[in-house]
Amino acid sequence: MTEIQPSAPLVFRWQEARIAAIAPVTARVKSFRLAVAFADGYRAGQHVDVRLTAQDGYQAQRSYSIASAPDGSGTIELMVEGLEDGEVSGYFFDVAAVGDVIELRGPIGGSFSWDAPDGGPLLLVGGGSGVVPLLSMLRRRALAAPDLPALLIYSTRTRTEAIALAELEARHRDEPGFTLVLAVTREAGGRRIGSDTVAAALASLGSPTRVFVCGANPFVSAASNHLVAAGLARGVIRTERFGG
Amino acid sequence: MVTRGFVGRRRAPGDTGTRLPPGQYLTQDFPILQIGPNPEVDLATWRFTLREGARPIKSWTWQEFEALPRTAWHGDIHCVTKWSKFDTAWEGVSVDDLLADAGIAAPTDYLLAEGYDDYTTNLPVADLVGGQAMIATRYAGAPIEPDHGGPARLFVPHLYFWKSAKWLKGLRFTRKDEAGFWEMRGYHMYGDPWREQRYTGD
Repeated sequence: MTEIQPSAPLVFRWQEARIAAIAPVTARVKSFRLAVAFADGYRAGQHVDVRLTAQDGYQAQRSYSIASAPDGSGTIELMVEGLEDGEVSGYFFDVAAVGDVIELRGPIGGSFSWDAPDGGPLLLVGGGSGVVPLLSMLRRRALAAPDLPALLIYSTRTRTEAIALAELEARHRDEPGFTLVLAVTREAGGRRIGSDTVAAALASLGSPTRVFVCGANPFVSAASNHLVAAGLARGVIRTERFGG
Repeated sequence: MVTRGFVGRRRAPGDTGTRLPPGQYLTQDFPILQIGPNPEVDLATWRFTLREGARPIKSWTWQEFEALPRTAWHGDIHCVTKWSKFDTAWEGVSVDDLLADAGIAAPTDYLLAEGYDDYTTNLPVADLVGGQAMIATRYAGAPIEPDHGGPARLFVPHLYFWKSAKWLKGLRFTRKDEAGFWEMRGYHMYGDPWREQRYTGD
């Protein structure tokens, strides 16, 4: 696979980032726009590490995928899911306000990332908030490779819990070459991603040269197995997992 | 820099605080991190090979490997993605016993651990000998599941867990400390969780 092969070691330094905007995404997810120096210098799919420091010096760190693609705004977008009793997500949900400054470093990660020269067809498979780095790739595609065939299989428990659903449906309607396949698992008539979903996606998309799968562990394991069983080479599939 | 309004959840009382390296949190789960799907590893054709550069030194079949002396280890593991897991139990073949069976001392000071998924990670030999590391084949009393790197993975608990390469197919001794997969992408060459060596320059 082609990706950045840095000749000099990458160094990720902590930097300050001001919260430029906060917006609700779903009942459990909020969007944070952060002003950072590298706002035009990252690859879709990369993540940042966030560090919060209490008065007494106690620190907590978490990793968040970037949802945006470089867009000239001088900011990156993170989407934070409010977790029950979440130490860091609780801060983002209950405390953080526009103008506040947090520390972060990045962009980190080259394996799970995509840019136009990497080509396609591009197959994206996301479960729940695992769609966030895939959203970044779709935003990048729209700007840099609008003719590239791409298909997103998005598994969500309910439509109201789906992240950026309006945007994804608008892209499906307006962007030639992009198809959204929504798999709603907890509603009447709902379905999980199965071998039939994958077979239909591959028939519609053609043979993908780049495949990215992101979500919780069991989701990524199941989806990867379906993709391999459908005949995709392991080497074209990149995965990113979160949670236990 | 103090974050306005951030209090944080203090570490649990007892020994959790002293057992948790800086920036880590405790999980009861066993998260899985890897770069792609699990590779297909068949015990009938599985081989474990020690190499010096490109030259093979010795190779073991699964049956031969299972006949080597066994080492057990019990303790805490730490992942660079910030989770730590306490009281894990592993069993396998120590690097010391492996070298003894090959009838050699380590020919160089560094090596690359190589996985069946073409993952690599670099380690100093000094961190693998003296009972510090093993090629693990059992976790919590059972064969290691493919999701956790079975049938055999490297196990180096005093370093961040990306150094404990899954689906291990061999160790390749190198003359210099050559960067592996993540190390080429900005991760720390050594990766000591107690010094919080996550990335280059940490």
